[in-house]
Amino acid sequence: MHETDSMVMEFSVPNTLESEIDELITHYPEKRSVTLMALHALQAHFGFVSDAGIEWIAQKLDQTPLAVLELVTFYPMFSREPLGKFHFRICRTLSCALNGSEKIYWALCEQLGLDKNVHKRQTTPDGRFTVEFVECLACCNKGPVLFLNEDFHENMTEESVSKLLTICNGDNSSERKGTGK
Amino acid sequence: MPQKNRLILKNLDNKDYNNTLSCYLEEGGYETLKKALSLKEKTTQDGKKLSPQQQLRDEVKASGLRGRGGAGFSTGLKWSFVNRASGKPIYLVCNCDESEPGTFKDRQIVHKDPHQLIEGMIISCFANDVHLAYIYIRGEFNEGAKILNRALDEARSRNLLGKNILDSGYDLEIYIHRGAGAYICGEETGALSSLEGYRPQPRLKPPYFPAALGLYMCPTIVNNVETLCAVKHVIEIGASQYAKLGIPSDPGTRIVGVSGQVRNPGYFEVEIGKITLGQIINDLAGGPRSGRQIKAIIPGGSSSKVLRADEKVTLKTKNPDGTFSEKVVDVFDLPYDSDSIAAAGSMSGSGGIVVIDDSTSMVEVAANVSEFYVHESCGQCTPCREGTRWMSKILKRILAGNGRRADVDELARISQNIMNGRSLCAFGEAASWPIESYVLKFRDEFLALCAAAEDSRKEIWGEAGINRFA
Ligand code: FES
Repeated sequence: MHETDSMVMEFSVPNTLESEIDELITHYPEKRSVTLMALHALQAHFGFVSDAGIEWIAQKLDQTPLAVLELVTFYPMFSREPLGKFHFRICRTLSCALNGSEKIYWALCEQLGLDKNVHKRQTTPDGRFTVEFVECLACCNKGPVLFLNEDFHENMTEESVSKLLTICNGDNSSERKGTGK
Repeated sequence: MPQKNRLILKNLDNKDYNNTLSCYLEEGGYETLKKALSLKEKTTQDGKKLSPQQQLRDEVKASGLRGRGGAGFSTGLKWSFVNRASGKPIYLVCNCDESEPGTFKDRQIVHKDPHQLIEGMIISCFANDVHLAYIYIRGEFNEGAKILNRALDEARSRNLLGKNILDSGYDLEIYIHRGAGAYICGEETGALSSLEGYRPQPRLKPPYFPAALGLYMCPTIVNNVETLCAVKHVIEIGASQYAKLGIPSDPGTRIVGVSGQVRNPGYFEVEIGKITLGQIINDLAGGPRSGRQIKAIIPGGSSSKVLRADEKVTLKTKNPDGTFSEKVVDVFDLPYDSDSIAAAGSMSGSGGIVVIDDSTSMVEVAANVSEFYVHESCGQCTPCREGTRWMSKILKRILAGNGRRADVDELARISQNIMNGRSLCAFGEAASWPIESYVLKFRDEFLALCAAAEDSRKEIWGEAGINRFA
């Protein structure tokens, strides 16, 4: 773990979040089972999973930090770095691809100055936008589909995705919209 | 019209229907649960005592219901494998990981009629002496998880869940467990590993059959969302009524989803085997787009082998006198049921039909599907982890104009080395069946691309050009 002690000290989990996790502990016969849901809760609150967050979960659930980290690195939905305020997840899989999801992805990447040939998560240098291709979102009849943060958008076209981008660009508030559990 | 045969989808798209408990109750919701909970012990003619639980399990078995998650295994049989003598608790896990590309049926139930799933779950749990159950829901169903959580709370507030449900003396809790974007969690033992807080790597069978050594090494039932809803209908109308729907080897109704290049992609509940693939695609989903022709059909999720639109299939049917007769039908005239699609060499799997028209290159389809399996291999087995990558690399190379004639057979060879039980779970088959089938059935498309590229390199470099890529 790379963070200095002082950074770990700064990390604090609010009471509401901790009680949410305490409640989750009652759902399972074994504490270890809570790890995944706890990671969701922390990512929803902090926007990403930090080293300190991993340490905190490990301690809370009597696990080694490694046991927590190995889940973070396995599951695509977790991020070890802060994500952009606007996070686009575009479905790449067959039914969406047959209906042009690649064009949507390319349009987004081009307008944001990101590399359209990279399918992995990319964030703009100003940290405002994160774009990534994800796999089938189980809404194949409405493809191409995408998530903008936690909001789902269906039947996307190059025009509609540009419109979404315009709305994002006009949004100067500092809080990240659409997050939450 | 076949699509009017709605059991599970009966209410959920009605204008005045929403996903609240009050709406569900108005439509007779939870009446089947009441019926199940009030069953009395029965004595058979030969003096055997049948507990209410046993009666429910017998009913499900008699209905012939097959699982709707993809494997199509008999639900009653699955339940009968549960080790009830171990003294350990029995768990039930609802598989709501819906991740098979082309599949979007469970999402409809969760979003629009969550109480139907919960009722089906409570009945199934009661029938199997389960007191703690989980809904394993894929992480991207954030909205679905919220809806289910609210529905579970509603159910608790009416004593449909919790202690002493409806004064029957039966206790049950159901909790939501969210995945986080990994397809392998749809594999039942992968889901169990995930629930235990480990990496969701599938477990070897034997010995880790969930029915004996499942969640926390206790006997566990893993059933798909649609299957659990179907259980509710089996109990509601009775096994004999239910079995009248569909065909004897695959009774009931199921929800099929049509996506890809059709006019009206969507989901439709159909009577199994009473409707053809062609009727589903052309009548229900509107057929090909204008000016287009259907070239290929993926009949049951992206893991199923592709069917050519011009393919002929030999169907065997059993005559009343016990003999068999054969008939040859067009792919579009194939009845949609497990056996008929299996006769065509593929599977009806998760019911996700993906239609591909003549504007699309099958090499691109192969590259797309192959990239999915690269991303989703859990990494435990070498054939699967490495093989999927090799195939994807070759396919991308072909698409980039660097193919070789030999690549076509090489793809088929690699597929063969991943499937046939060489991987720990069925993912190996799921990843290689489709690619092999594209290569075998659309060989000319692959070969044309490869040959053109190889020849143009040969023109510059001679024989050495075969392996010299730009
Ligand atoms: S392929 Fe995009 S949602 Fe299924």
